[in-house]
Amino acid sequence: MENKERTKLKILSAKIRLDILKMLKHIGYGHLGGSLSIVELMSVLYGKHLRYDAANPDWEERDMVVLSKGHCGPAWYSALANVGFFDKEELYTLNAGGTRLPSHPDRLKTPGVDMTSGSLGQGTSVAAGIASGFHMDRSQRYVYLICGDGELNEGQCWEAFQYIAHYRLHHCIVIIDVNKKQLDGFTRDVMNPFCIAKKMEAFGFHVQQVKGNDEEAISRAIDQAKCIQDQAVCIVLDSIKGQGVPYFEALADNHSVKFDNEAILSATDQAIADLEEFVERGDVCV
Amino acid sequence: MCVFRLAENRNEKGKDQRMAIVETLQELMTQDDRIVVLEGDLGAASGFAKIGKSHPERFIQCGIAEANMTGVAAGLSLLGFKPWIHSFAPFVSRRNFDQLYVSGAYAQNTINIYGSDPGFAVAHNGGTHTAWEDVALMRTIPGSIVVDPCDAVQFAWVVRELMKLKGIHYVRSNRKAVRKVYSEDSAFTLGKGNLLKKGSDVLIVCAGELISEALDAAEVLEEKGYSVALIDMFTIKPLDKELLLAEVKGKKLMISFENHSVIGGLGSAIEEVIAANSMNIRFHKIGVEERFGQVGSAAFLQKEYHLTAQDMIDKVMSELG
Repeated sequence: MENKERTKLKILSAKIRLDILKMLKHIGYGHLGGSLSIVELMSVLYGKHLRYDAANPDWEERDMVVLSKGHCGPAWYSALANVGFFDKEELYTLNAGGTRLPSHPDRLKTPGVDMTSGSLGQGTSVAAGIASGFHMDRSQRYVYLICGDGELNEGQCWEAFQYIAHYRLHHCIVIIDVNKKQLDGFTRDVMNPFCIAKKMEAFGFHVQQVKGNDEEAISRAIDQAKCIQDQAVCIVLDSIKGQGVPYFEALADNHSVKFDNEAILSATDQAIADLEEFVERGDVCV
Repeated sequence: MCVFRLAENRNEKGKDQRMAIVETLQELMTQDDRIVVLEGDLGAASGFAKIGKSHPERFIQCGIAEANMTGVAAGLSLLGFKPWIHSFAPFVSRRNFDQLYVSGAYAQNTINIYGSDPGFAVAHNGGTHTAWEDVALMRTIPGSIVVDPCDAVQFAWVVRELMKLKGIHYVRSNRKAVRKVYSEDSAFTLGKGNLLKKGSDVLIVCAGELISEALDAAEVLEEKGYSVALIDMFTIKPLDKELLLAEVKGKKLMISFENHSVIGGLGSAIEEVIAANSMNIRFHKIGVEERFGQVGSAAFLQKEYHLTAQDMIDKVMSELG
């Protein structure tokens, strides 16, 4: 990856992270940890790989995204706003009555959101169905399925994975965000997932593992996944819940955060200031 | 247009119910390449395997994973496909309810569901496979259409009609042949009940294969001097309120008759209309009380759970003397 592109993606990541922090701080609460752990992924998708037209969200040749870990809608909204699907000001309407940006994605409300999700596990099967449809239509479109590691507690995920693997639906790029935490604590304590990569391999997937905060590595993995023609593909993101903000990475209970105390507010303000500065400097670099 | 005639010989059975849907879908699929058929490893039982042979490019074997099958159908719907899914009635209503509700209805997708062998039709598969609550569940999904066809003619017509519509559509039916009710050339209107028989004392409202039992019961009751009206309310949702309210007027007694729990099914749907319209009518529900299923022949189960023509006759006579 050229320096210019790398910098461009890093700036987009910073913008997405910045807007997640700003919108959640604005409404005072939200699913912060899991939103932050997919920031770089969203940046790579919307900054490089995904085929879309922000001015025409229903463009028939677009690639599709299913955010099966639906509670991380804020990360998706932030990405969509940053690439022009809607005005950034709208981010501050998150969860307000009548908003187009509900806590969990709704395909009927938000430009750029292709599928409703939130009842965990269900996006996996829907993405599988989309991939089957692409196959039947002999289409070259891709569907990117984003799951959480906690979400894999749901049995439906494994039904869908066996289906995707059985039919070798390689146009469904399965991405598992392994941030090692779920609502009640560490995944290893709540419901030990053991080695997710090995499980996916055993299910029949071609598996790659990359650092969840490394845009270049994620991008390379997607390129590599697209080269696989005879097998289902999976990218396991080794990420950190609360990724990119040291305070939130260290915060034990960071699934849903309330911005209601001095420590959290000042850490958030500091992160916002740092990111704004980075974006400003970065924009000059590019 | 609602133009129906009763079959000439009601004691004859029609073709297998499963063949009514299989042949209709095969015909429709030759004209419409957006129809997709999904099966949960019961293709030999449902006859859907025949569609896998005739239209392999539009048939998806999903294995024994109904939650996934339902989500796959939702994904196909997003691309404009028109999916049908099949399994035994409990496995495509009770087991996958949240998938139908969220990935299906809430996300405004289209999924057509064939729940086979509802209620006593389950026979030797027994209690674990018995669905006497599928209609209750499906009715609660906003915008859903719930249909219980009584014979092969009506089933084929319903399948054809549902393919013109978007949304969550649930059809329950025996897989095997049932007695003929309608002549081959009959046509119906979705959401409109069929007044099969006029009468002045008793109004029976029924759906599904029990229609034949209801017709038998009505004949016996007429001989005994009761004037019986009978509605085939094959579309349980949306319910034909107009017909119900018109026919209930002047009756001494109304009875609902269903191969389903008395909680949440056709009888409950009727009660909702009666209550909402403050109708003053003596009303009884014949259906399954608070019980689970069990193994046995369909005939045994029908008797065991009091879903026979004789049960209807006894009820009317004990109520009206």
